[in-house]
Amino acid sequence: MDNTVEIRWHGRGGQGAKTAALLFGEAALSLGKFIQAFPEYGPERMGAPVASFNRISTEPIRLHCSITNPGIVIVLDQTLMGKVDVTEGLPATGILIVNTTDSPAEVRAKLKLQGLKVFTVDASGISKATIGRDIPNTPLLGALVKASNLLDFASMLKDTEEKLAIKFKSKPEIVKGNIEAIKRAYNEVKGE
Amino acid sequence: MAKFVAKTGNEAMAEAMRQINPDVVAAYPITPATEVVMIFAKYVADGLVNTEYVPVESEHSAMSACVGASAAGGRVMTGTSSQGLVYMYEILPIASALRLPIVMCEVNRAISGPINIHCDHSDTMAARDFGWIQIFSENSQEAYDSLIQAVRIAENHDVLLPTMVTTDGFIISHCLDKIEVLDDKDITAFIGKDRKPNNSLLDLDKPTTLGSIDLQDYYFEHRVQVAEAIKNSKKTIIEVANEFAKKFGRQYGLIEEYKLADADYAIVALGSTCGTAKVVIDELRAKGIKAGLLKIRVYRPFPAEEIAQALSKIKNVAVLDRADGWAGQGGPAYAEIKAALYKSKTPPKMINFVYGLGGREIDKDQLAHVYDCLKNIEQQPDVQYLGVRE
Repeated sequence: MDNTVEIRWHGRGGQGAKTAALLFGEAALSLGKFIQAFPEYGPERMGAPVASFNRISTEPIRLHCSITNPGIVIVLDQTLMGKVDVTEGLPATGILIVNTTDSPAEVRAKLKLQGLKVFTVDASGISKATIGRDIPNTPLLGALVKASNLLDFASMLKDTEEKLAIKFKSKPEIVKGNIEAIKRAYNEVKGE
Repeated sequence: MAKFVAKTGNEAMAEAMRQINPDVVAAYPITPATEVVMIFAKYVADGLVNTEYVPVESEHSAMSACVGASAAGGRVMTGTSSQGLVYMYEILPIASALRLPIVMCEVNRAISGPINIHCDHSDTMAARDFGWIQIFSENSQEAYDSLIQAVRIAENHDVLLPTMVTTDGFIISHCLDKIEVLDDKDITAFIGKDRKPNNSLLDLDKPTTLGSIDLQDYYFEHRVQVAEAIKNSKKTIIEVANEFAKKFGRQYGLIEEYKLADADYAIVALGSTCGTAKVVIDELRAKGIKAGLLKIRVYRPFPAEEIAQALSKIKNVAVLDRADGWAGQGGPAYAEIKAALYKSKTPPKMINFVYGLGGREIDKDQLAHVYDCLKNIEQQPDVQYLGVRE
């Protein structure tokens, strides 16, 4: 278990929290990790708070229970903070990554956080600029890799590009936009 | 080349179906098994398989169409869950009595009511007396591997029985996991391409009647033949598992023992809970507690002798049932394991936990609590509910 990192994604229905977990799982698998990715199975409604999860490990994963003490939490929608206890179960050594224009210090003050490494990135702004729509999940993959050091960034970027190229064969501009978004978030994410 | 890919339980089962390339699939979608036949239907539409796909208006019709297609001599598969399986109940024992080797992808989900879409084993446990072979899976890899083996088991001439392979709804069916997908041509070679059914309706050289009325004179004999087939299937299941292990490296059996040989305390369970239990066992062993697991992979035929043998040296045992059965004496696995141990000279002390109904979470702490209870088994009730609010 010491070799396993558990991640929880918070978003709203339609924002791609489930897809983010799947994409990150697949990228980690291609880089030789053992993985799990699964959503929280509740009623799925556009705009309602949802969560999804990853386990990433260097050894086979046998656990099939939900994740209650993640090492990393990613918030796709800052309006969830204060409404959903996004840091629930996160240990003092944990990592919190938030899609916001606020600085890590501002998030820390708003949530009255002690301990934790807090990272922020304007994933929505980046996705609007690069993809043309507010889909914060792909840029947050870049922020996650930077904040966690779980994967080699260049390899992850290459793998994601290949996967997106298959999925969006007829729309190369979408692939380009997403890759640019991941790169920008990787470079722009701030932590303290 | 076999390759490692990310697949959910449903995707893994659909992939196995593509590689098996059955002649006929008749199915009706139901959560959480919908994706299995949905993905497969796409394979049909894309021309990746030669299957005749029969989209029916209900599970009753799905199983009826499977019976017809299998009786005609085809290799036939379907997929369902919960209420869908319940709706098939009328046809399930006909499939086995007619000795039709239909293979089913079953995703374990609680049966209504109240209505619930999440995992427990009440759907397949209620179907355990219908003459179907039942194979449970701990994870997606096992579901994939067992589905391929199921074709061989079902079609073996000593067996000729329908076979269902199950995964735990959502927990496995919707969890992306790393699995090894084998080569298409290796699968084709393993299951055999040119199957020769014994008695098929389309065999004009050997005309056969199937499904005729069978009263006092022969019904009994035919039912005993099914009972014999179920008994025979144990040997076949082991042979097929051994051949699979030799070719592909992963070994399966009727049961699996995890750190059981020297265990003082053991849990018996089925499905995905076994994975979590293995982690708990490792943690307890690190603290010097000799914990172990007996996983039941094949529930029908029931591996009574194997279970009795495996538990004969254990002091205290907890049987975990993810179905109640409403027999008033604990869950179905508990009842059958008690019966299996009746003639044992050294039976363990044993208690039952019914858990996880309707998808109620089962985590490491609860499983550790079960091992804790085993330390003072004398003070425990015979049957208790784990994780239920009083």
